[in-house]
Amino acid sequence: MKKILLMGNPNNGKSVVFNRLTGANVIISNYPGTTVDFTQGKMRIDEEDMMVIDVPGTYSLDAGDKAEEVAVRMLEGGDIVINVVDATNLEKGLNLTMQLIKKKKPMIIALNFWDETKHKGITIDFQKLEEILGVPCIPICAVTGEGIKKLTERLKEAKFSKFDYKDKGKWHVIGDIIGQVQKLSHHHHTLMERLGDISTTPVFSIPLALVILFFTFKIIRFIGEGLIGYVFEPVFEKLWTPILLKLSAILGSNGLIHDILIGKLIEGKIDYGQSFGLLTTGLFVPIGAVLPYVFAFYIMLSVLEDCGYLPRLAVLVDGLMHRLGIHGLAIIPMMLGLGCNVPGILSTRILATRRERFIAVTLLSIAVPCAALQAMVVGLMGEHMVYGLGVVYGTLFVVWLVLGILMAHLVSGTSPEIFMEIPPYRRPYLTHLLKKTGIRTKWFIKEAIPFVLLGVFIVNILYTLGIIQFVGKYTAPVISGIFGLPKEAIGALLVGFLRKDVAVGMLAPLALNLKQLIIASVVLTMYFPCIATFSTLVKELGFVDMLKASAIMIVAVLIVGGMLNLIL
Amino acid sequence: MNGAISLANMRSGQSGRIVQIEGGFGVNRRLDTLGLRVGKRIKKVSRQLMRGPVIISHGNTRAAVGFGMAQRIWVEIEQP
Repeated sequence: MKKILLMGNPNNGKSVVFNRLTGANVIISNYPGTTVDFTQGKMRIDEEDMMVIDVPGTYSLDAGDKAEEVAVRMLEGGDIVINVVDATNLEKGLNLTMQLIKKKKPMIIALNFWDETKHKGITIDFQKLEEILGVPCIPICAVTGEGIKKLTERLKEAKFSKFDYKDKGKWHVIGDIIGQVQKLSHHHHTLMERLGDISTTPVFSIPLALVILFFTFKIIRFIGEGLIGYVFEPVFEKLWTPILLKLSAILGSNGLIHDILIGKLIEGKIDYGQSFGLLTTGLFVPIGAVLPYVFAFYIMLSVLEDCGYLPRLAVLVDGLMHRLGIHGLAIIPMMLGLGCNVPGILSTRILATRRERFIAVTLLSIAVPCAALQAMVVGLMGEHMVYGLGVVYGTLFVVWLVLGILMAHLVSGTSPEIFMEIPPYRRPYLTHLLKKTGIRTKWFIKEAIPFVLLGVFIVNILYTLGIIQFVGKYTAPVISGIFGLPKEAIGALLVGFLRKDVAVGMLAPLALNLKQLIIASVVLTMYFPCIATFSTLVKELGFVDMLKASAIMIVAVLIVGGMLNLIL
Repeated sequence: MNGAISLANMRSGQSGRIVQIEGGFGVNRRLDTLGLRVGKRIKKVSRQLMRGPVIISHGNTRAAVGFGMAQRIWVEIEQP
């Protein structure tokens, strides 16, 4: 099968072109470094199957970072290169094009964002460009699909360019080509461009960031609570409860199997928060209580991603983040981590050095609560919402800062300075938003629900066998002594290793006072990542660094938990 | 290099031509990937707090340059 490589600068729409060609599900975002792993799909032209590979975006072929290394390696095995060039930024695209020409691969050029050139007063004579370079040049607009057909039709005309130049005179040659094919007419700054510039000056960017984040979380809560109140709870109450009650009757309302599947009936009724059976709490927590928030979170994250706000946020927080030994771009894993730590940790691959990745991953798994956990903490706090959550989030933020600053001083290695392109603001496209949110939500369902079920199952068995009570008795001095929590809470803390959200759910019936609730929430968030996060952590950091991260975590949680017990 | 100042010391809104980039091959290479090189005309758009990155524009590209790197890029200011 022929291998077609999609290559080009970061953030120039390659992934959208890929989706157009293959119809595959690929996450498209408007910040650089998203596609560190490559994606492949199939397309069919004239009865021939071809493999299309979405190569990570790269500015050059010098292999300066991970994405470039991957790109260079993949180039070797490709048959045809579709070189995607941002038509609004010909110079940058031609820089890579010149390097691709030296590699002597059959090439075809797709001039993307063709529609935007008109607004920007750029006229490109693409036929002339085709003449100069000797390879087909096709203007396209990937988001609307314009020109994609032409691109596939002319794919077989791809050939290697006979264009010759000396490396030393590269920029001169590029300038010369641009002089021949591009005309600029004066254009007024568009509203988007003005907005783009304004949102990078501190006077506007800081308030803007606060407003955006405030509304983001407002909307997440609005969507999340709406879904829970009007969709999920009614479905559980009206459709699922009757089935469970029948099942309960069949099982005889008690016994081992009944306890594992349905759990305890509270006053003869099923209580999805407290019954704690596999089919009651085990299903309700991930689906009814957490999924709506995760879904809402992913929608908003996708909007911020697609419109291009995240890189600006990265620039804004870079000064602060550098004191934590990571650069501004690390805000992206942190924000992803607020949804689920696993994709957060995976996305630390956009960071350049091992030191940065270690710091980012450790901070993420200790001080960044995932949506599942947050939803449960919110539920746990109940009437003490504002004060309780304030203390919990405040503590976590301080932990995040202090740990980061400490690690910046103690972890050896370097953290390079930020240097990145800031993409223009772009209008998000609904289909892409939905697709992306869908992929992420599906991923969450696949990963999370089995773990919650497994967690509830294991805990039910451990409880029935009396193991949790046993462990609780012997660790009680530590738990009650340092954290000031009742010894029953140890059960919840044990479960926390499997799924923290379930653990928080287990704390609910213990009638803890506000201080204990706050300590339990903080300790649970910090003390161990859930097992899915943990296995990702081992995979990404390696065994030794995982041990280091765990040691930091244990020390941190003992200090912070103990201090909260003293202070509050 | 008469009258050249570092990118870090430029005022927001000022434009100029890059006349020198201090630093080794690595720095030059990274800057080169976005087309930033001696002779290039750039404009400083803004700067961030806490010695954060400097935002510049050149052509249709906007880029964030770390503060330390910005101190090593020398620019000859164009008088408006």
